[in-house]
Amino acid sequence: MSIEVRHVTKTFGNFRALDNVSLEVPTGELVALLGPSGSGKTTLLRVIAGLEFPEQGEIFFHGQDATDSSARERHVGFVFQHYALFRHMTVFENVAFGLRVRPRALRPSERSIRKKVGDLLKLVQLDFLADHLPSQLSGGQRQRIALARALAVEPQILLLDEPFGALDARVRQELRRWLRRLHDEIHVTSVFVTHDQEEALEVADRVVVMNEGHVEQFGTPDQVYNHPATPFVYHFLGNVNLFHSRVHAGRVHIGEIEIEAPEHLGTQDAPALAYVRPHDIELDRVRDGAMIEAVVRDVRAVGSLVRLELDRIDGDEIIEVELTRERYVELDLREGERVFVKPRNLRVFLKDA
Amino acid sequence: MHRSRRAVATGESALMRRLLIGVALAFLGLFLFSPLVVVFAQAFQKGFTAYFESFQEPAALAAIRLTLFTAAVAVPLNLLFGVSAAWLIAKFDFIGKSLLMTLIDLPFSVSPVVSGLIYVLVFGMQGWLGPFLAAHDIKIIFAVPAIVLTTMFVTFPFVARELIPLMQAQGSEEEEAAVTLGAGGWQTFFRVTLPNVKWGLLYGVILCNARAMGEFGAVSVVSGHIRELTNTLPLHVEILYNEYQYVAAFAAASLLALLALVTLAAKSFIEWRAGREASLRVSAEEGSLT
Repeated sequence: MSIEVRHVTKTFGNFRALDNVSLEVPTGELVALLGPSGSGKTTLLRVIAGLEFPEQGEIFFHGQDATDSSARERHVGFVFQHYALFRHMTVFENVAFGLRVRPRALRPSERSIRKKVGDLLKLVQLDFLADHLPSQLSGGQRQRIALARALAVEPQILLLDEPFGALDARVRQELRRWLRRLHDEIHVTSVFVTHDQEEALEVADRVVVMNEGHVEQFGTPDQVYNHPATPFVYHFLGNVNLFHSRVHAGRVHIGEIEIEAPEHLGTQDAPALAYVRPHDIELDRVRDGAMIEAVVRDVRAVGSLVRLELDRIDGDEIIEVELTRERYVELDLREGERVFVKPRNLRVFLKDA
Repeated sequence: MHRSRRAVATGESALMRRLLIGVALAFLGLFLFSPLVVVFAQAFQKGFTAYFESFQEPAALAAIRLTLFTAAVAVPLNLLFGVSAAWLIAKFDFIGKSLLMTLIDLPFSVSPVVSGLIYVLVFGMQGWLGPFLAAHDIKIIFAVPAIVLTTMFVTFPFVARELIPLMQAQGSEEEEAAVTLGAGGWQTFFRVTLPNVKWGLLYGVILCNARAMGEFGAVSVVSGHIRELTNTLPLHVEILYNEYQYVAAFAAASLLALLALVTLAAKSFIEWRAGREASLRVSAEEGSLT
């Protein structure tokens, strides 16, 4: 089932949590809502679920207006950040809850409830915990039970609020891959909230980057990472260098160097910000044409990449550079040495934009 | 090992410890335990037969009956009210919420005698509704209805006060989960909200009941002290005492003391059960951080 959010605005007192947000999630996709805290991502998820009602705008499920239907009527699976398992019920009863509260005419028989819950517990690989109370489970197990409980009512849409937020790094990695596999298996339209860019890029088919109550960009992980639409997206996804520069007739001037910026052909001498990823900076010991001169300030050689921090000679900006280990060994750099750099791939945003 | 060695760094010397414990015990004995002993000693002063005979009196039986009746009406109604008020306050935001909370606390801060007087002023012959009630031949003041009403007023806050902090601490995520799973309002309430607060609820009901049966001041103002008609057990005790019928007075008082003891036992049991469930939860959480 597809989800469509049209011009939704939601305020809490004076705080505008969602500001005219529109979004379309196609059937069967796994979409991440990514943003810093306070960006409105959880509010958007709760609005889709029917747990919050917007002041303006509409929600459509598969083309049908769902704006005024209650959470109960929407048949949406919701997995809460802190799981919200029923603390006084066993794992089995937690998963069975959605089936037991159905009107008598639609309620499955006790036998089919047992079968269904058993199947779901097997799906999340926790059937041996059926008689335990939620308090006796680990965080990762609770998360999976919460998911099984949401799936028991066969929702057309699955919403997950920071599904891995409260777990430690190793369990997180594992559950992330497991969720991706599960989604490939059952193919229910899913939306999850996260503030972790790595999680969003690794798991989701598409990523919605949110900031201050509006959508900054909606695209595939490749699109949002490699072609950020706004300075915010650039900053939020990965490390980035920022150069204060000027743009004139399709060319960017950073210090002495000049680079083509065809998207700004019509611009006449305007201040601009140029963004470059640390791995998109060319670095050498000798000058090759117009380059920026800098001094190596710090070297962090951990893992397969070597991170350098450079001080610009012609200004007080710091440049971050990532080199492969081979390149680093080849250059044989030491702290305090003089180097020359040049951005390979940069994105220019005009300052007033 | 030296006998006066301190068990902990912040501990006192052995002498000081004994002195403090002694003072505390003496205080408890003098002001709490000895009155309890006196009540039962006086009640059984002339033997078991006299004790039980005092309950054969029609006035005593009527007082017991009225006390039970009052509690049987006031406690369930306050249970209903307390649960709904606590639910409203803990799970929803609305205008006038803090006013409602203040109102719930009002009976705690008003003297019981004043509570009784309020009812006389409203329902009494010279009161607001007095002429209307008299015209329709409805008796409230100096009759059973006023006793029930004042008792309800005085015991109003017990259940709600017990539940509000508990429900607020639990938040409403579980209720939200229930709703997304298709549960209706009643189903959510009876299957999720209520089981989560059952011990706090029971605790509140027991305190409410103890107060409902034991209330003296407010009931005294509105009752009119009509023997066999509007005397509750506490009022009955006072009358007997004023008439120098010590055995009967203390026998009736011993019933109230017994009620207090049962209440205490039930309260300790509930605290123990709730505490055990909580500690089970904590230890399980500590043991499963993987």
